[in-house]
Amino acid sequence: MKPLDAARERWISLAEKFAAERADDDAWLRDLRAESLARFADQGFPNTKQEEWRYTRVTPMAEVPFQLGCPATTPVTRSAIEDKASPVFACSLYVFVDGRFEPALSALATRTDVHVESLRALDTAIEPPLGSLVDTKQHPFAALSTALLDDGAVLRVPKGAQVTDPLHLVFVATGSREPRATQPRLFIDASENSRVQVIQDFVSLSDDVGLTNGVSEIRVGAGAQVDLVTIQRENAGSFHFSNVSARLGRDARFSHHNLTLGGRLVRNDLEVVLEEEGADCTLNGLFIGAGEQVIDNHTLLDHAVPHGTSRQLYKGILGGRSRGVFRGRVIVRPNAQKTVAYQSNPNLLLTTGARVDSKPQLEIYANDVKCGHGSSIGQLDQDAIFYLRTRAISEPRARQLLTRGFAQQILAALPVAALTEGLHEPLGDRLAEATSSPGSKP
Amino acid sequence: MLEIKDLHASAGGVEILKGIDLKIEAGEVHALMGPNGSGKSTLSNVLAGRPSVEVSRGSVTYLGRDLLAMKPEQRAREGIFLAFQYPVEIPGVTNSYFMKASLNALRRHRGEEELDAIDFLELVRAKMKQVEIDESFLNRAINEGFSGGEKKRNEVLQMALLEPRLAILDETDSGLDIDALRIVAAGVNAMRSPDRAMLIITHYQRLLDYVVPDHVHVLSEGRIARSGGKELALELEERGYGWLEQEPGEAPSPQ
Repeated sequence: MKPLDAARERWISLAEKFAAERADDDAWLRDLRAESLARFADQGFPNTKQEEWRYTRVTPMAEVPFQLGCPATTPVTRSAIEDKASPVFACSLYVFVDGRFEPALSALATRTDVHVESLRALDTAIEPPLGSLVDTKQHPFAALSTALLDDGAVLRVPKGAQVTDPLHLVFVATGSREPRATQPRLFIDASENSRVQVIQDFVSLSDDVGLTNGVSEIRVGAGAQVDLVTIQRENAGSFHFSNVSARLGRDARFSHHNLTLGGRLVRNDLEVVLEEEGADCTLNGLFIGAGEQVIDNHTLLDHAVPHGTSRQLYKGILGGRSRGVFRGRVIVRPNAQKTVAYQSNPNLLLTTGARVDSKPQLEIYANDVKCGHGSSIGQLDQDAIFYLRTRAISEPRARQLLTRGFAQQILAALPVAALTEGLHEPLGDRLAEATSSPGSKP
Repeated sequence: MLEIKDLHASAGGVEILKGIDLKIEAGEVHALMGPNGSGKSTLSNVLAGRPSVEVSRGSVTYLGRDLLAMKPEQRAREGIFLAFQYPVEIPGVTNSYFMKASLNALRRHRGEEELDAIDFLELVRAKMKQVEIDESFLNRAINEGFSGGEKKRNEVLQMALLEPRLAILDETDSGLDIDALRIVAAGVNAMRSPDRAMLIITHYQRLLDYVVPDHVHVLSEGRIARSGGKELALELEERGYGWLEQEPGEAPSPQ
């Protein structure tokens, strides 16, 4: 049997065993899992012959005999969280250890502005239903994640509520000799005219191989605003598959900022549908590759109705022999007149061994729109390096400064100022890894 | 302080400097003039160490050391400063971060303690006053979106901050209106001192009305065609550069 087929069989039996163990769960949840498993079984793991997966082989992940996450055997300390997930927003911190919500490490003050619940603590099905905002027919990893749905964060923001402090959700992989997989779920339902900022932060506490296969489902109601920041900073042996699916109502605003600062293989799928008029969407990304890392970003922006605006800025910095992908699809449906959609993907290659594939894809079926895209792949500006050196700054330091300057635009655009400030150092550490990562210099 | 002997240099495979000899002592201000394409900027680039300029012959001695063997950052740490003709825009790095990194690299080299944010700010504010630069400059990205005059003043600010031994100003006056020119000139004059030398590269006489040089050299086709006192600049202003080709001067020996 081919490795991907063998892996499919193995994961199906894991899911069946999991379903049997969880026979007492609510019917809606059992049904959702069963339906999602069937969808995963239909699709199996993707191969590089499929257009959506051309650049990324999932075989290295499929070959690892992952076990489902179970609560950590060694206790996780608060200081470990503060160290790995800096800057920590202590008053609104929610910690998940190996996929499970950990109240002892979380802020537990009862909030009136937003309902934050652990998925396992839900006593009834929610509306819209879990799983309804993500397309599991087209996304095998999202289907698998849902088939193994165990825990996560369900955020419901009441009508008109203005949540002023960002909610910081930290997903910790403790690691073990037997590689573990977790399926974190984030569900955000922002009602009319509400506002919330959420940071989902993925960290590892060890160097052990892990898999995060997460799904975020987001509904932004009329006039509401959701800012989501995803920080992926797991260890260099980790696999991360992420699906973020958002649906935007009338005059809704949604922003997603994706910072990929770690991992071995990271695949980000992002799908945003502007379902009603006047919605606005910002998708920013910064991916920094080092070593042999692969970071694959796929975005899909669907302008389904008129008067929608969207802008995307994905910046890649690739060092060592790392590889980056940006594939940005924008669909402007036939009646989506007056759409304004811009997309940009500048990339910086730090070595000749690094590589990036940039594929903007605009599909415009309406005639009265303003759309544009651009992508570039380049090296550091030699004139700028020389300029800094004439000011007593060493060449390696000059390269570092310029690389940081390239990244700064994304950092500065983060919706939470304290995060821009607090990520300064972690970002610097990551850039140092990327710039010192071996791969013949240009 | 600086001695250039029979310097030949090329850029992009074309020989541009064809035997330059020049000696600059501490305390002196030299002006280097010449038409476009005569090699003025190439010379400044050789002195600052631009990697794309290739020296094929000759030597440059700075404070008794072989300058050409030093990396650009080493030259800067030893006191050489080049004010760029076209200062580079660097998005994402603020002026203050850059200048602090630069100053502290120098201070480390000199064995001095690095300045912290507060001390640095105090120092840079005083210097900014000198060159009449608004404080908002500090938080802007290096030269990004700066007007021509702002860029040049930013160069003079860096010079004032780094206090070089040998300052090379590459057409710092071009593109400046008269007010900006006065400010830049005042900044340069404030830096004149017995242990500092300056090489002012310019196309025009007008900066030299404000910064009076001790020596003037005229560069033509990669060689110094003529050297003299400040009156040579006036002569050039009147007669242009054309006559130099008809009556080439003696091989220069300014000292």
